[in-house]
Amino acid sequence: MTANVHFPRRRRILKTRGDRVFDVLLYGIAGLMMLITLYPIYFVIIASISDPAQVAAGNIFMVPIGVTLKGYRMLFGYSQLWVGYRNTILYVLVGTAICLAVNIPVAYVLSRRDVVGHKLLTAYFVIPMFFSGGLIPTYLVVKQFGLLDRFLVMVLPFSVVTYFIIVARTFFKTSLPAELWESAQIDGCGNLRYFFSFVIPLSKAIFAVIALWSAVGQWNAYFNALIYIHSEELRPLQLVLRNILISNQMISNMTVGTAAAEAQRNTFLIKYGIIVLSSAPIMCLYPFVQKYFNQGVMIGAIKG
Amino acid sequence: MTGTGVKGTRRTGGLNGRLLGLYRNRALYLLILPAIILFFLFTYIPMYGMVIAFTDFKPALGILGSKWVGLQNFRQYFASYMFTNTIRNTLVISLYTIAITFPLPIVIALMCNQMYAQRFKKTFQVTTYLPHFISTVVMCGMIILFLSPSVGMIPKMLSAFGVKIPNLIGTPKAFSSIYAWSEAWQHVGWDSIMYIAALSSISPELYEAATVDGANKWQRMLRIDIPLLLPTATILFILRSGSVMSVGFEKVYLLQNSLNMSASETISTYVYKMGLISNQYSLSAAISLFNNVINFALLVVVNFISGKLGDTTVF
Repeated sequence: MTANVHFPRRRRILKTRGDRVFDVLLYGIAGLMMLITLYPIYFVIIASISDPAQVAAGNIFMVPIGVTLKGYRMLFGYSQLWVGYRNTILYVLVGTAICLAVNIPVAYVLSRRDVVGHKLLTAYFVIPMFFSGGLIPTYLVVKQFGLLDRFLVMVLPFSVVTYFIIVARTFFKTSLPAELWESAQIDGCGNLRYFFSFVIPLSKAIFAVIALWSAVGQWNAYFNALIYIHSEELRPLQLVLRNILISNQMISNMTVGTAAAEAQRNTFLIKYGIIVLSSAPIMCLYPFVQKYFNQGVMIGAIKG
Repeated sequence: MTGTGVKGTRRTGGLNGRLLGLYRNRALYLLILPAIILFFLFTYIPMYGMVIAFTDFKPALGILGSKWVGLQNFRQYFASYMFTNTIRNTLVISLYTIAITFPLPIVIALMCNQMYAQRFKKTFQVTTYLPHFISTVVMCGMIILFLSPSVGMIPKMLSAFGVKIPNLIGTPKAFSSIYAWSEAWQHVGWDSIMYIAALSSISPELYEAATVDGANKWQRMLRIDIPLLLPTATILFILRSGSVMSVGFEKVYLLQNSLNMSASETISTYVYKMGLISNQYSLSAAISLFNNVINFALLVVVNFISGKLGDTTVF
């Protein structure tokens, strides 16, 4: 089940004139779409290493002008950013581990039709997909548990994700034959042993999918941090980014002592640079893990 | 603690059978206990917490101790000038976005399906998926940078062609367009995966037969691909309709500024501001409950209509 099923190359019975026009249009539009997709990303990269005066003057289009690494040098000295980086990495690691530990067993159990209460459990996990408590009641509960402004709030309370469960359940249903469990049982294998020595080793693909989704989600997460995290030491990367990119907070803090005009000019270097620094890890990793993402979406598409 | 009880797959009915089943699979229940507890604490308790929408909630008094005021919070919201404002903005942004981001992934999938140059196709897919991984914060940062008047990339580029544009990010009228098109830029490629998967399951014989009968590429697309994508599209559309009234909070909130506020204050940003900035918990909860109910009703209605028209439904 991959997105790229290779059709056998069809014999060219006839390629009409209409087909040729069609092809030209098709590849033309596709090329244009790729250009529109890639250019802004490319622009951010060249603008982050160009002379800010040239960026402001609108002279940067195809190649960087007046190459400088000043922006990156300034960013390397900005501790807030690295604290944010460290926090986000911790949230990603711990959050993903918790997410797998919590959701995968549920998905497995829901895939087993012989479990008593199977329907009830399914309903229990699916209902919140359509109806939820909303911001304030959730906030109040988190507050009541003393989780406000704690590391745990970013990784634990919202680690159960119905969508992940549904996707993983479908995977288990379609890829683990019931006979396997039956024969394991006959050989005296219990539930836990079966889960740990058969289910997990056989489900590396779904682990990869859920782990990646969770990791990307954590990396990009901003909402929960905005609401539940207040202290600077716990801020994830995205919150730091928001302060710099949207609220323009750091530019003034960072350039204490330098002239205002100078600081203003460096704004571009800092902003474009920080976009590159914060997005590079995921963007570079993505082409290598892309097939797992596809797989996941596809598994989710087959409704079980 | 592996199961030491009776093993076997024989189904036993009745209460005893059930208890036996419970006992036999007790390890499994243990495995999912953390998830059940977490879900109960942070999802089900807040559902109960929505009761505060009907009270004059004071944290010190607790949910049951606070005064019951019935529908007063709802009335207060309906009567305020923010009511029509937030609903209109939410609907405009949401419908505009759906109008663009719903059909485009289908178009991309159809295009992909017609590409026989495998390498090109692969590059096309990888490229169009890429922006999906940019975070919302960075995306909004890019939008603001690109659009910033006089120095941004987009005004500069347009001025090279002699087109002068105003400060778009500060123009209320432009807000929904900025939102919808940037959303399209970021996600349509990714959203096409589902359709590409659906198309790849179409049997090649179908195309061959059509080709033999003299159908050209365009006709094959219209007569084979599109009809076969309809069920997938319908399901996705129904699910989408359940969130018409909830535009992504994060992006709207980040793109908001005092200049475009009249077009960018949506229900979700208003709920956030009322609740966590002005501390009007009950009013905020009432607004979000109202929103929730409408969303759910829309989902049910669209699902029903779709069931009548064709027979694709979610439930």
